[in-house]
Amino acid sequence: MDRRDLAWYVDRAAQALVFVGGISAIIFILGIFVFVTKEGLDFVLGPLDLGEFFTSIAWRPTSNNPTYGALALMVGTASVTGFAMLFSVPLSLGAALYIGEFATGKTREALKILVEMLAAIPSVVWGFVGMSIMNPLIIETFDVPVGLGVLNAGLILGLMAAPIMTTIAEDALKAVPDTYREAAEALGATRWEVILKVVIPASKNGLLAAVLLGVGRGFGETMAVLMASGHAINLPTSPFDSVRALTATIAAELGDTVYGSNHYGALFTLGIFLFLVTFIINLTADVVVRGIRKK
Amino acid sequence: MVDVLPAPAPASGGTSPLYGEPPLIEVQGLTIAYDGQPALRDISLDIFRHEIFGIIGPANSGKTSFLRALNRMDGFNPGMEVRGSIRLNGKDINAWRNVYALRSRIGVVFPLPVGLPLTVYDNVAFSPRLRGIRKKAELDEVVERCLTRAALWDEVKDRLDSLGSLLSGGQQQRLTIARALSQEPELLLLDEFSIAVDPVTTMRIEDVLRELRSELTIVLVTNLVQQARRLADRTAFFLMGEMVEIGVTEDLFEGKVGDERTTGYIEGRYG
Amino acid sequence: MFTATTLNRRSYRTQNVARAVFFLMTVTLVIPVLIIVGTLVVKGGPAISWEFLFTAPRDGMTAGGIFPALVGTVWLVAVALLASVPVGVAAALYLSEYAPDNLLTRSINLAIINLAGVPSIVHALFGVGAFVLFFNIGASILAASLTLAVMTLPVVIVATRESLQAVPQAFREACWNMGATRWQTIRKVVLPNSISGILTGVILEVSRTAGETAPIMFTGAAAFVAFLPASVFDQTMAMSYHLYYIATQQTGVPEEVTFGVALVLISIVLLMNAISIGFRVYLRGLKKW
Repeated sequence: MDRRDLAWYVDRAAQALVFVGGISAIIFILGIFVFVTKEGLDFVLGPLDLGEFFTSIAWRPTSNNPTYGALALMVGTASVTGFAMLFSVPLSLGAALYIGEFATGKTREALKILVEMLAAIPSVVWGFVGMSIMNPLIIETFDVPVGLGVLNAGLILGLMAAPIMTTIAEDALKAVPDTYREAAEALGATRWEVILKVVIPASKNGLLAAVLLGVGRGFGETMAVLMASGHAINLPTSPFDSVRALTATIAAELGDTVYGSNHYGALFTLGIFLFLVTFIINLTADVVVRGIRKK
Repeated sequence: MVDVLPAPAPASGGTSPLYGEPPLIEVQGLTIAYDGQPALRDISLDIFRHEIFGIIGPANSGKTSFLRALNRMDGFNPGMEVRGSIRLNGKDINAWRNVYALRSRIGVVFPLPVGLPLTVYDNVAFSPRLRGIRKKAELDEVVERCLTRAALWDEVKDRLDSLGSLLSGGQQQRLTIARALSQEPELLLLDEFSIAVDPVTTMRIEDVLRELRSELTIVLVTNLVQQARRLADRTAFFLMGEMVEIGVTEDLFEGKVGDERTTGYIEGRYG
Repeated sequence: MFTATTLNRRSYRTQNVARAVFFLMTVTLVIPVLIIVGTLVVKGGPAISWEFLFTAPRDGMTAGGIFPALVGTVWLVAVALLASVPVGVAAALYLSEYAPDNLLTRSINLAIINLAGVPSIVHALFGVGAFVLFFNIGASILAASLTLAVMTLPVVIVATRESLQAVPQAFREACWNMGATRWQTIRKVVLPNSISGILTGVILEVSRTAGETAPIMFTGAAAFVAFLPASVFDQTMAMSYHLYYIATQQTGVPEEVTFGVALVLISIVLLMNAISIGFRVYLRGLKKW
């Protein structure tokens, strides 16, 4: 009667099996950290000069007297990401508000599908668009010699980061209960007043998380930035200056390094840095989102 | 009705004067809480083989929680905490090594009907198949018998391959009853089964329940005091998480009560 | 009967202005999609021919077609799916059907968010360190596909978990109440009713995987391979890497050819996305309860 039958054992086995799948996510994220660190460790413990790494702009890994200053690369990443966010954050939040609060029916569906298409375009195609469509356009419009730089990469990156921000922001708006809206509208407020005074304050953590994830996306983008930024070591003073990003540096140089060399280790060190920064961004976004759920 | 019962059963403990057997279920000091909020406090009672045991009481009196505990449904809901002991055939239900085998012996019907998104046939054949019945003829027989007993056969016999989850609410409720019967349970837990069913069908199902009494034991939670009067051999009255009264149904309805609140509820003064 | 007060009229005007501004913002975001696709079609369209799709590149990639890259992408995607779908579905099943609400489960969820958020080039470094070097697979389809699989794992997990959770809890409880084990419940009721949603997620993953470049650059993609891959231990050309290569590393490639490659790549990706979206819309219309 009370016997552990075949079904009981099958259930146990299935549970064990899917558990392995579940913890695989943790294993992989730890694996990424361990293996990237492993390859970079010799360099970090040996030739790496942290002061130089964070304050010098001289990234000369192949010179006879190599230096590994990553400041210009960090500034490059920051300037492109910053420029992208400058126009992409307002546009994305505006789009989320329109899709989530104003649009209805077919318009809403169509806009959502277009946003999904925006997210689907591969980063190498974005990079190609930067080189072949945006580059001549910028040269012609602004009468500058080169169109590959902060402006170009920033615009591309902004468009790339927009879908994730729009989607997460829309989710955050959706999470505001309709009863809030109805209560405010019953008091005679217009839709816009409801949004401004009720919906946005109630969803501000979710909106903040959306922006953070957008920043993370821009920070980590590789191919598009590599192809559209001009890839020149430079502290930019104008939007038309070429810059070089952390991610792009790895992509461009790893193929030419010798396994185990200092240059090789230095690129993995950039990888460790990228991993840690994105980890912190994602962790913060998660904590921020958890904040709303608790309320 | 009164003739069926030769003598009043004791409220708790001992052997059944009806059949001279030890109780099927012995509940001792049962306390249930959800996320720390108590729903049922310190209940002790026995349920005997082949009786229909009624539980009446207003909403939120802990009736449903009691049924959930009997079927070990606390495992479904991490917030549900059960203390005290429940013994089935003398064995603590928490001591079962295979909780699924325990549940397969207990049929349950809750007020919200659930037609599984399988065909009507597969809904009813689900449990027999779990028991290992594979033969088409045997399954056909079980499906027809259970659907007939649940007063649903005539309405669905021509569309046994339509989705159970798309039947009307009342039909889904009877499908749920048919599924519970298909388990050939030793104990049947019914929670306000007639809520989505019309009065005529309710009467037909009540007749079936009376017939079933010779095969199994029924715990009937109901918000209709007259239904308890029609069906139950003994009845308990739950109020705000406590058991106020337990006794032979006819006694309660004749006013032989230990607590004035019972009469008040039966006569509809509150609830 | 009611005359709008000045205040009222003004607030309605504000509302209409806000609505128009937000609409313009949305359009600004999505218009580039149409421009990009349009430009690629106009400039790359003329390059597309039978020969372009089904022959190998010639003359330093300035002529000929993209067949080896197309085949390579199919290999990469197929092997990546074989690795990630079982693991991803298992993870989603664990999270949706078994996992208690505890620290471990929260850690798994955080790990999934991070797997999706780690830069693709860091995934590439992981692929080099783990698959190419440590497990000594070498730069190959297998190493590249495993890197892609780890990277796109969150896509499968999230899509699968969503479609599992769309199955009402009441169905599970009804099965458990009849004595079905969790696994029997999953197999007989939960999975059959979420398999289409899972498929939608898998198609979306195909779209993501086919377009990725950085993770395969150092793990198995090659600029030019004269033969088609014979096993997962071969290196291969791939559409995404091919586009990067002829756009940046190779001189003398006619513009038409580069645009043609971009057009084919984006067509594959958007086609997969369209199938996924269409499938989802179709499923929404299919009422099962």
